[in-house]
Parts: sequence; C-alpha cells; structure tokens
Amino acid sequence: MARLHLPLIPSGEITPEPVYLNRRRFMQVGTAAVLAPLLPSAQAADPLAGLAPLSSRPGPFGANEPLTDIAAVTGYNNFYEFGTSKTDPAENAHTLRPHPWSVTVTGACAKPANYTLEDLLKGQALEDRVYRLRCVEGWSMVIPWVGFPLSSLLGRFQPTRNAKYVTFTTLYDPEQMPGQRRSVLPWPYVEGLRMDEAMHPLTIIAVGLYGRVLPNQNGAPLRLVVPWKYGFKSIKSIVRISFDETAPTTTWNRAAPKEYGFYANVNPAVDHPRWSQKRERRIGELFRRDTLPFNGYAEAVASLYQGLDLKRNF
Amino acid sequence: MPASLWRIGVWGLLILPALWTIIGLQRGSLGPDPVEALMIASGIWALRLLLLTLAMTPLQGLSGWVWPLTIRRQLGLAAFFYALGHLLVFAVFDQNLDPAAAWREIVEHKAVWLGMLALALLLPLAITSTRGWIRRLGPNWKRLHRLIYPAAILAAIHFGFQVKADLREPLIYGAILTVLLVVRLPRGWQRGSRTPGHTTIS
Repeated sequence: MARLHLPLIPSGEITPEPVYLNRRRFMQVGTAAVLAPLLPSAQAADPLAGLAPLSSRPGPFGANEPLTDIAAVTGYNNFYEFGTSKTDPAENAHTLRPHPWSVTVTGACAKPANYTLEDLLKGQALEDRVYRLRCVEGWSMVIPWVGFPLSSLLGRFQPTRNAKYVTFTTLYDPEQMPGQRRSVLPWPYVEGLRMDEAMHPLTIIAVGLYGRVLPNQNGAPLRLVVPWKYGFKSIKSIVRISFDETAPTTTWNRAAPKEYGFYANVNPAVDHPRWSQKRERRIGELFRRDTLPFNGYAEAVASLYQGLDLKRNF
Repeated sequence: MPASLWRIGVWGLLILPALWTIIGLQRGSLGPDPVEALMIASGIWALRLLLLTLAMTPLQGLSGWVWPLTIRRQLGLAAFFYALGHLLVFAVFDQNLDPAAAWREIVEHKAVWLGMLALALLLPLAITSTRGWIRRLGPNWKRLHRLIYPAAILAAIHFGFQVKADLREPLIYGAILTVLLVVRLPRGWQRGSRTPGHTTIS
C-alpha cells in the first residue's frame, strides 16, 4: 500500500492571524503605492477661478480626514438638471444665473414671503464645515463647505406647531438648466426633512466650498447639506422652502420608490436593491473602505431615529 | 494580404480600447474615479464586441462578403477578454480581493449575478473556439455556440441594471441586440424547412 506523505507544518510555523492580516494590509497598501502615480493629480487650472472668497470661522463637527481634491469636488457631480453624466454639471452649469436669486418661503410659518438671497444671508455668520459626503452610488468625498446651520435660517420664518416637515424645491427653468428638457426625473427636484432633522445642528445651508462662493455645478447659490444622509437628500439651487404637516413625495422616491426612501440615512446594513452599501470608494483612493452607519455621524444623530425600523424606513 | 497578417491587424484594432484606457489611466484623464472608469470601459466594450460578433453573420448574408466570418471568432474572443477584465477590476478594486465579500455581492444582487452568468456562458465558447475543438465537437459545436444569444441578452440587462434613471444608453444597446436577434428568425425557419444546405453559422 502506497504511503501518502503529507507535508506537516509545525503549528508554530503557521502564520498567526494578526500577521496574516497585516500582510494583506501591506499588500493592499503596496499595490496602492505602485498604482498611486496612475491616480489623477490636481488639475493645473483653478476650478474656483472667478468665485469670490468668503470669510468664515471654523465650525463644529469637522471631519479630521484628508480633503477631496478641488478638481474632483467641482468636476465629479450628480446634478441631473445639467445632464446625467458626472462631468455634465461642470460643463453645462455655466448657464445657471445664481444672481439675482430669491427663495419663496411658504406653508406653516408666521413669516411666509419671497426673500432675496441678500435677505437670507443677512446676519448669518458663515462657518467652515468639513463633512463626509456619501453618494447612494457607493462613492464618497470629504468636502470643506462654507455655510450656516439650517436651524438659524428656518427659525427666522417662525414655523408654527403644524410644521412637521420642511420641503425644498430646486429651480425649474430649462433655459438655465438644460437637463430639465428631458424628463429623466420628475422636475422640479424636491427634497424634504422631518422638522427635527432640519433643526439638527449638523444640517447646514452651504453657500460656498473651499473658502469660495459655491460653483454653479455644486448647487449655487444655496444648497442643503445633510451629511448623515445619502447625497441626493442635499438638494441644490433652492428656490422654495415650505413648512408642511405631511411628508413630501421626494424626487428620487417618486422615480423609484423601492430604491430610494424618504429617510435615505447612510446605512451599510441596508443595501440598495441593485448594489451593496457596505463599502464605498473614497474619491482619490483605489480600494473601497467600510461605510459607517449614518456616515460616521451616528453619535450625533442616531437618537433621532430611536424606535424606527431603519430597514423599512430606508 | 496573408491571413496571419490580417489576423494580427484585427487584434491590433481590438486591443485599442484597452490601450486607450490604460493610457488614460496613466495620464490621469479618466476623471476622479478611475476605477469606475475602468469598470465602465471594460464592461461597455465587452457588450459592444458581443454585438459586433453577432452582427457578422447578418452582415455576411446581406453583403456577400466573406471577411465578416473570418474575424468573427476574434471579435467573440475579444468580448470575452474585456468581460474578464471587467470581472478582474470588480474583484480587485470593488471587492478588495475579498472572496467572501465578492460572493455576497454576487448572490445578493441580481445586477451582479446576471453579469457573472453572462461571463460564465462565454467561458466554454472561448475555450472551444479553437480549430481542434470545432472538429472534435462536430455539429454540437454550433449548438454550444448558440450560448452567445443568452449571454448577450444577459449582458444587456446587466448594463441596464447599472443605470439610476437615464436608460437611454442601455435601451440603444438593447434595440441593436433585438434587431440582431430578430434578423436571425426567418433564417432559422428557412433552414428548418427548405434550404438544408444553406451555410448559416449563427
């Protein structure tokens, strides 16, 4: 009978798991180092050229992470009002005229009116807010916004007790927003927040980024930023704010109700029906990293959703 | 032109999209998310080459030219290689070479497993594309290679599943595929009834 010789490895020679994991990590970092020169470097031209500088003071909640390159922040956008590819907004948004601008405030509040942009910004101390932005498509950025808490804006309109939700609407003008000539989405773009989400100190209105006035393709002249929700909640180029008793039907929710919910909180435990939300690619990095619950802001916002089934209310 | 030179020339053309993408990667002109750009380029070229492969037989039938049939095998193989590259980018950069994560992704999302299934169908076709296999399989070779139809349909659906709202592009590819499949129908009937000697290689 033939004897079978198995190469016996003394247990002491088997790679312990931490070392093995370290090696994996080393190989990933090593591969990244080799491939790093392949990553795009900053463009020579200043993407913020011609945009006025803003004076602001450091604000709370700063993400202590490397900022995403300006060229990516201003050149890789989802803003379907200017086309559906990532480069369309930067190419086409020059037709948007952010000045003069006004916002209609309506619904359950004591001071409904048509406010000019200057009215709205008067007395608002601008803050730097470095936030992570996680797109529902599975990529993310770290963006230095300039803005102010939404609560300090909404407070001025004196919402009444009936104001349970706040609804935002983007400009509808196919002349300025050529992407609206095709009905890829039901225009105008509508988004909304529960009142407590809107009044949360993390929620801001951004009027700038990287210390300058907001470029058109990023939602000039004023946009919402809700960092613990998928990017599509952070509605751009707002012309209408309404205080409502019931939740609005938001645009992506209307377009595909099974895929995009009203809440749209960043949640690695609840996948998009067609792709995973467990990991994300930070723009500028090659490999994916783990997506954090509420995009890493769980400590600040998880309490808003106590008792709410986040799988059903995605 | 000698056949081998002709074949090298065709391979030279078929490698261009890959070359173009790699140069773009090096120059940093693929945009802020080069991995996504690689995924899109490899996937779309796999689908385009599948459609081109399927277009060769009708083109030969319409024009009477012979060359479409002589390059068909190369087109099909190139489609397979681009699809393989697509899978490689997915495995390395999207799944960080983590087999468990990749497996979860494949079984949990039909958008992904439809694509995997399409590639799995192409694998035996790529393997049996040699002269030796054509001889060995005889009439079964043709039967086996009809798997390109379901593979192309799956690939087109897989593409449609990637899109959030703007279905224009997937619909164009779907329409082309439909035409390429429909023009085969009457020929299939003909072959079954009247013209047994007709040399359709579909």
